[in-house]
Amino acid sequence: MTPVIRADGLTRRFGSFTAVDHVSFSVEAGEVVGYLGPNGSGKTTTLRMLLGLLRPSEGRAEVLGYNTDREADKIRGRVGYMSQKFALYHELTVRENLEFYGGLYGVRKNGRVEETLSNLELEQLQNERVAVLSSGWRQRLALGVAIIHQPQLLFLDEPSSGVDPVTRRNFWEVIYRLAATGITVMVTTHYMDEAEYCQRVGIMQGGRLLAMDSPEHLKATLPGQVWEVHTPSLMEAFRVLERMPGIRRVGLSSDYLRAVSEREITPETIQRELSRHGIEEVEIHTTRASLEDVFLFLAGSSI
Amino acid sequence: MVNLRLVSLIRKEFIQIVRDPRTLALTFVFPLVMLFLLGYAATNDVKNISLAVLDQDRSAESRRFLDAFRTADYFHLDFFVSSEEEIRSLIDSNQARAGMIIPPGYADHLTGGRNAQVAFILDGSDPTVASTALAAANLIGQAYSTRVLAMRMNRVGQGSGLDMPLEVRTQVLYNPGMESAHYMIPGMIGMILQFLTTLLTATSIVRERERGTIEQLIVTPLRRWEMILGKLAPYVFIAFFDTLEVLSAGVLFFKVPINGSLGLLLGLAALFLVTTLGIGLLISTVAHTQQEAMLTTMFTVLPSIFLSGFFFPLAAMPRILQWISYLVPLRYFLIIVRGIVLKGVGLAAIWPEVLALSVFALVVMTGAAIRYRKRLD
Repeated sequence: MTPVIRADGLTRRFGSFTAVDHVSFSVEAGEVVGYLGPNGSGKTTTLRMLLGLLRPSEGRAEVLGYNTDREADKIRGRVGYMSQKFALYHELTVRENLEFYGGLYGVRKNGRVEETLSNLELEQLQNERVAVLSSGWRQRLALGVAIIHQPQLLFLDEPSSGVDPVTRRNFWEVIYRLAATGITVMVTTHYMDEAEYCQRVGIMQGGRLLAMDSPEHLKATLPGQVWEVHTPSLMEAFRVLERMPGIRRVGLSSDYLRAVSEREITPETIQRELSRHGIEEVEIHTTRASLEDVFLFLAGSSI
Repeated sequence: MVNLRLVSLIRKEFIQIVRDPRTLALTFVFPLVMLFLLGYAATNDVKNISLAVLDQDRSAESRRFLDAFRTADYFHLDFFVSSEEEIRSLIDSNQARAGMIIPPGYADHLTGGRNAQVAFILDGSDPTVASTALAAANLIGQAYSTRVLAMRMNRVGQGSGLDMPLEVRTQVLYNPGMESAHYMIPGMIGMILQFLTTLLTATSIVRERERGTIEQLIVTPLRRWEMILGKLAPYVFIAFFDTLEVLSAGVLFFKVPINGSLGLLLGLAALFLVTTLGIGLLISTVAHTQQEAMLTTMFTVLPSIFLSGFFFPLAAMPRILQWISYLVPLRYFLIIVRGIVLKGVGLAAIWPEVLALSVFALVVMTGAAIRYRKRLD
């Protein structure tokens, strides 16, 4: 079976700046794939190339078997796209927005708007103007707009920007309901928890795709140990660990430090090093690697 | 089969227009406001110029001369003063626009067969008023002196009656009352069509870009021509509505006669619209925000109004500006609309202008369509 998305050395330059740098990957039908990276790492540019909105400077991509550069017309009716700015008309009501986009996709099927309204639990709000909706409901509606024509493939570009965590979780339940019907989903995010929901996650940094694998595999491949270091002297400890040989990276995580070390490092060696600098009140335990550790580790070693 | 994509887009545009009070005001109220302002306020017909008079002769002859001024429509004898300084101060304070001094001995000179002189002082700061006042004063003076001359000849027994050797008989065609409003209002149709359609098209497309909805439109199967047509069609409708609105108000309130064919006028308005909508489309491809679009429209539309002959006659402009004016589509449309409305002419009289507009329409629309891409880069 041909992959739903295949990118091959996809590159995009804006002047002397390379936004996307030789990115290759493929996505199979029915997958929910995340694309994780900080702002400006090339996630949106990649999506825009896959949608035929931007031309690749180099390399090529196929979506649903069509070349994105030459056959964008064939791709457009079959994919859905939810852009970062929810592309909604504020003067129109919820229903009018759905009807409008449905019309553009040539949806003549009776009841498709009602079906979408009920799938997204938007019936109550159907006659409200978008201008008065909260960002959570706008997110829902933007998703509705992207799926009104029942696409085979759905691109979501930072769907959760500006949306609170509870709404975010509900949103992902909707995404999984969609995926269960066989839709392939590719979603960009800079939220680690969101990436955890995905079957596979690609990690982007500086325009390059550093890794792409399931969250479990990514965590398992992290070389070394992850430690939680609890101490009242957080900043002092941070500065010490930063310079300690064998510590690959250290980061502040709410009220404790998170350190990724080489395998040889033990809690005792860390304790000794801290105490050598006069930090005595320390509690150290090992913990499981998170996606954030993987991301920070990969991003750190790629610079 | 109905094109569902196109219908959906046009329907959406109309909903947006109807629900945005600012657009609504701009579309339907603004043309009427402009019409009444231009129709009543911006008239070039100068009448009732306020005149200050210093009559130092105080004779029957001087009063007869003043009567000649009083009976003409042009002047209003508002002030009778006793010194030259008073005239100056009345003009300085804008209470009077002109002053007249009849010196002592005026009647004696006149009856004595000698040359009598009268001084006319004029505020030249507003050239329109000043030139009218000057011409009127000269004319009244000349007519009066002709009459005096004839009377003198009568007295010496040479003349018989007041027969003049030459008389110019004038006939004014088309706007016999020479009313500015009749000339301005048809021109306003052109100005409003150009301003509104260019501005509304440009801002409505740029707004899609500002809000990020253009990206969403591009990823739908909507074709490029459908996108262009769907975006422009509502403004064509508005433009025709405004044309009829301005024409009706012109007929009702200013008694503008529509001498030519309304059908021809609307048809050629459509031709003109292709160009103005195309310019709006072009502006939308260079402007990134609605504000930029608005400013760019101003920079395009305002100079073209001055170079179109809307306010000032082209024939009076320096040669170089006259040449530039050939590049202004509004120039041709003004000739067309004034020709049809005021002169009642048909295609035969205005075909060169129609040809010029067709060329503009073709060039601008082609350019706009090429620049208006269904891509982000």
